[in-house]
Amino acid sequence: MSVLEIRDLHVSVETEQGSKPILRGVDLTIKKGETHAIMGPNGSGKSTLAYTIAGHPKYTVDSGSITLDGVDVLAMSVDERARAGLFLAMQYPVEIPGVTVTNFLRTAKTAIDGEAPPIRHWIKDVKNSMKDLRMDATFAERNVNEGFSGGEKKRHEILQMELLKPTFAVLDETDSGLDVDALKIVSEGVNRAKENTNLGVLLITHYTRILRYIKPDFVHVFVDGRIAEQGGPELADRLENEGYDRFLVGEATTA
Amino acid sequence: MTISAPEATPTKLEQTGQLGYKKHTDGGWGVVPIQTRSDRFRSTDVADFPALTGREAVWKLTPIDRISDLIDGELDGGEYAYSATAVDGVDIRWVDRDDTRIGTAGTPEERGSANAWTRFEKALAVTVSGEEAKTVRIDRSQFGIAPRAAHVLIEAKPFSSALVILENTGSARLSENVEILVGDGADLTVVTVQQWDDEAAHLASHFTVVGRDARIKHVVVTLGGSVVRINPSTHLNSSGGEVEALGLYFADAGQHLEQQVYVNHDAPHTRSRVTYKGALQGEGARTVWIGDVLIRQTATATDSYEQNRNLVLTDGTRADSIPNLEIETGDIAGAGHASATGRFDDEQLFYLQARGIKEEEARRLVVRGFLTEIVQQIGDADLQARLEVAIEEELSGTSLTSDGR
Repeated sequence: MSVLEIRDLHVSVETEQGSKPILRGVDLTIKKGETHAIMGPNGSGKSTLAYTIAGHPKYTVDSGSITLDGVDVLAMSVDERARAGLFLAMQYPVEIPGVTVTNFLRTAKTAIDGEAPPIRHWIKDVKNSMKDLRMDATFAERNVNEGFSGGEKKRHEILQMELLKPTFAVLDETDSGLDVDALKIVSEGVNRAKENTNLGVLLITHYTRILRYIKPDFVHVFVDGRIAEQGGPELADRLENEGYDRFLVGEATTA
Repeated sequence: MTISAPEATPTKLEQTGQLGYKKHTDGGWGVVPIQTRSDRFRSTDVADFPALTGREAVWKLTPIDRISDLIDGELDGGEYAYSATAVDGVDIRWVDRDDTRIGTAGTPEERGSANAWTRFEKALAVTVSGEEAKTVRIDRSQFGIAPRAAHVLIEAKPFSSALVILENTGSARLSENVEILVGDGADLTVVTVQQWDDEAAHLASHFTVVGRDARIKHVVVTLGGSVVRINPSTHLNSSGGEVEALGLYFADAGQHLEQQVYVNHDAPHTRSRVTYKGALQGEGARTVWIGDVLIRQTATATDSYEQNRNLVLTDGTRADSIPNLEIETGDIAGAGHASATGRFDDEQLFYLQARGIKEEEARRLVVRGFLTEIVQQIGDADLQARLEVAIEEELSGTSLTSDGR
């Protein structure tokens, strides 16, 4: 049973005013097959956690650890982390001019598996996954994220997740900017991956909306760089009704 | 009844601007530099141009000491060997200097171009007719190492359509002028590919005139050669004319690759798109791109955009990128320019690496993609495939690891 463990993680980011601490001691354990929702107000450090797991060079880990089945993730390069089974669905996927989706997907799959996928099988897999995500076949010949709408970008992220079959996926505000139809399509994709590969999911979101379609096993509330409260799915319902004010007031009085 | 026109008052904009304000000068020079691109001195006779100092606007970024034979020396202007595919509707032959078409597309603006014009004896004339699309490839690989002058004339008859590819390989010390006449309603693509040997030097001025509602796609691809300078200018002097000017260059250590692109919007409802992309790697790799767009008072409702992007792959390189936009009318549909020269986009690398792709491969993918964008638009599958292989070879020449950043 695979497990992703985050222990007392402190992370800072370089700004013009110097180093600014963002994460202040995060503890989190995710087992394969589990879905954890991380919720919190803007600026609480949710995305920083996502990018730190993936290894974005902008973030500096000051102390603490991230391990995957006991292996030090922080010692790995970005691509090594992906090959170890970690996946980040990005909030703002970048354009790669001149690189087609087809070429990109095949290159990534080859990198992850260590060998080129059998061609016939692969083409069928891509086609089916695209169909599941209601993506037009012409999509495959477009350049990565170039001219994609917000919804297309998110579907393209989930397409990659379904095809690359990671052990753990971090979904960074995948729900943001999606209309309800797109939200359902994307959620179905995540649920399919959970079912087919017993994917562990770290679902980062500002809103409870997506939790109607992807049922979390655990909910963690992120405030000011650490987990302020955690519980089961019922915590999400409470947040839906009360918002984050309760946490922000507490922060203001202790500050 | 007599109506006397009000007496014309000569306005000396040089001295007095609107409302009588004195125009700004750069420190009271005795001579006002040429202010408008179309005002440059022009002549087909090399003797009309003074010897170069290297400080001239059109030469100051060029290593003229490496090409002085082409600018000042005697050039062999005779016929040279070429091979071309035989295609219906495309006539290729040598013509004399007195061919009436010669000189109708443009006139040299600098000494290197004028030297070639003065010395060429025969022009290679490519005449396109017929509306059906066709592709003709002209291979030029036999120039040799003696300095040469050449003149190419490409004429697309009204409503004709063709893709003309000039493929340049082997050794050469060549200065040439290429005149391109696009007849009314014609749709012409001209691609010039420079894959010269390492020692080669090549100066070329392309002059294009675009007829009414006609379209030219002009593509410059330069990968090989020591000093290669291709200056395409397009005159949009008929209503509805359109130019799409594309360029791709990849400079290795010691290579100087330059292009000065000029679009002259003279007629209303004309459209131009200029997109040049370059990559540089290795000590002394140098590229220059100067893009001039002039929209004249007569050119109302025009739409123009020019851009240059350079990707710097290693230290020790230099890319100059100078977009100039002159607009003399307020009534335009659009005009814009952009220039960006930079290292790898770290976010693109992160995205690819986050999908398991190793750094070195991610870098290759980004560069290949960056340049392929131009290749994709050429419209000839065979040439596109060969260029992609050539780009791949260029890329395998360096290590694109983070040490090079």
